[in-house]
Amino acid sequence: MNTSVKMILVLTIISTLSGGLLSYWDAYTSEKIDAYRQQEIQQAVKEVLPDTDEEKVLEAGGFTFYVGYKDSDITGVAFVAEGGGFQDIISLMVGVTPDFSEFTGLTVLSQKETPGLGTKIAYDPSREGSETWFIDQFQGKKTGNLTYVKNQKASGDSEIEAITGATISSNAVITILNKHVPTAKSAFESINQ
Amino acid sequence: MAKKVSLLEDFTKGIWKENPILIALLGLCPTLAVTISVENGLAMGLAASFVLICSSTLISLLRNLIPKQVRIASFIVIIATFVTIADRYLAAFYPEISKNLGPFIPLIIVNCMILGRQEAFASKNGVGRSILDALGMGLGFTLVLLILSAIRELLGSGTILGYQIMWDSFSPWMVMILPPGAFLTLGLMIGASNWINDRRAR
Repeated sequence: MNTSVKMILVLTIISTLSGGLLSYWDAYTSEKIDAYRQQEIQQAVKEVLPDTDEEKVLEAGGFTFYVGYKDSDITGVAFVAEGGGFQDIISLMVGVTPDFSEFTGLTVLSQKETPGLGTKIAYDPSREGSETWFIDQFQGKKTGNLTYVKNQKASGDSEIEAITGATISSNAVITILNKHVPTAKSAFESINQ
Repeated sequence: MAKKVSLLEDFTKGIWKENPILIALLGLCPTLAVTISVENGLAMGLAASFVLICSSTLISLLRNLIPKQVRIASFIVIIATFVTIADRYLAAFYPEISKNLGPFIPLIIVNCMILGRQEAFASKNGVGRSILDALGMGLGFTLVLLILSAIRELLGSGTILGYQIMWDSFSPWMVMILPPGAFLTLGLMIGASNWINDRRAR
C-alpha cells in the first residue's frame, strides 16, 4: 500500500476509535461530575444562608441567584462571584440579606492561591478550631465598601482582617465582593420589577 | 536463562538504574508541582502509571501497523485518550483529588516520560516486554513521587496523608510546600542517588 494512504488510514482509524471511546466515557462520567458540582453548590448555598429551609433558583443579568426562604419569608440571597486572585480565578459563594446590605455568609468554591499562604482564605490549618476564620469574619459585615486592616483585629462594620503574608489574596476577595455585590443587587432587583 | 534475566531487567531498570525522574530527569513538571502532599503524589503517580501501562501495551501491539512518519502523532492521540479517561475518572470518583491536581492530570499528555518510553521501548519491543517496562517505569516514577511528597508534606505541614506526625510545637517549614522546597528536595534526592551509584561503581 502507498505510504500516504497508509498514514491517513492509520491516523484516521486511531483518532476515530479514540473519539468513540471518549464520548462513551464522557457520557458515563459527566453525570457524576455534574452531580458533584451541583451538590457542592447546594452545600455552599446552605452554608452562606443559615436559617433557611428551602432555596429557589432565579437567573438574571448573568447571575444565578439562590433565594433562601423560611416560612415563605425571604431570608437571604446567595450567588457566585468570581474574580482574579493572586494566580488564578477565585470563585466565591456569597450570601447576603434580602436587601443586599449585609453578608450572611461566604465560602470559597475554588481558588488556586499560594499553598500555605493565600489558601488561608479558604482554610487556615494554623488556627486550630477556627480554620475558616478569614471567610467567617464576613458574616454580618456591611456590603459595598469593605476595606482591610493588617496585623490587627478588624473593628467596624466594613473592616476585614487580612491574612498575614497573603495581603494580595485577602484583598482579592474584598475586591471581588466590592465589585460584584452592587452588580448582583441591581440584577436581582430587576427581576422584581 | 539469559532471557529470564533480561525480562527481570526490563522491569527493574525503571525502578533504579533508569529511573525516569532520578536518572533520566523526565516528567519533572508534575513531579515538582503536585508533590505538596502524599495524597497528591500518589494520585499523580498512579494516574501516570495507568496511562503509561495502557499506552505501552497498545502501542506495542500496533507497532508494526503505524507508519514511521506518523508515529509521534499516533502516540500522542493514544496517550491523550488514556489521559482523558484517567482525568474524567478522577473528576467523577475522586473529585477532591481531581481539584487538587488541577491541570496536572491533563498535562500528563505531554509528560516526556510517557512519550519517551513509547519511542524508546514500546514501539520497538513485544507486548510482554513493553508491559514489564511500563510497570517498572511507572513504579519508579510513583516511588519517587511518594518519597518526595512524603518529605515535603512532613516538613511543610507536619503531616503524612493528613495525619499529624510531628510534635505539637513543630513549626512547619513553609518553604517545603512552595516551589523552592520541591527543587531543593528533588535536587538532594538526585544527588543522593548519584552518590549511591558512584559508591557502587567503585
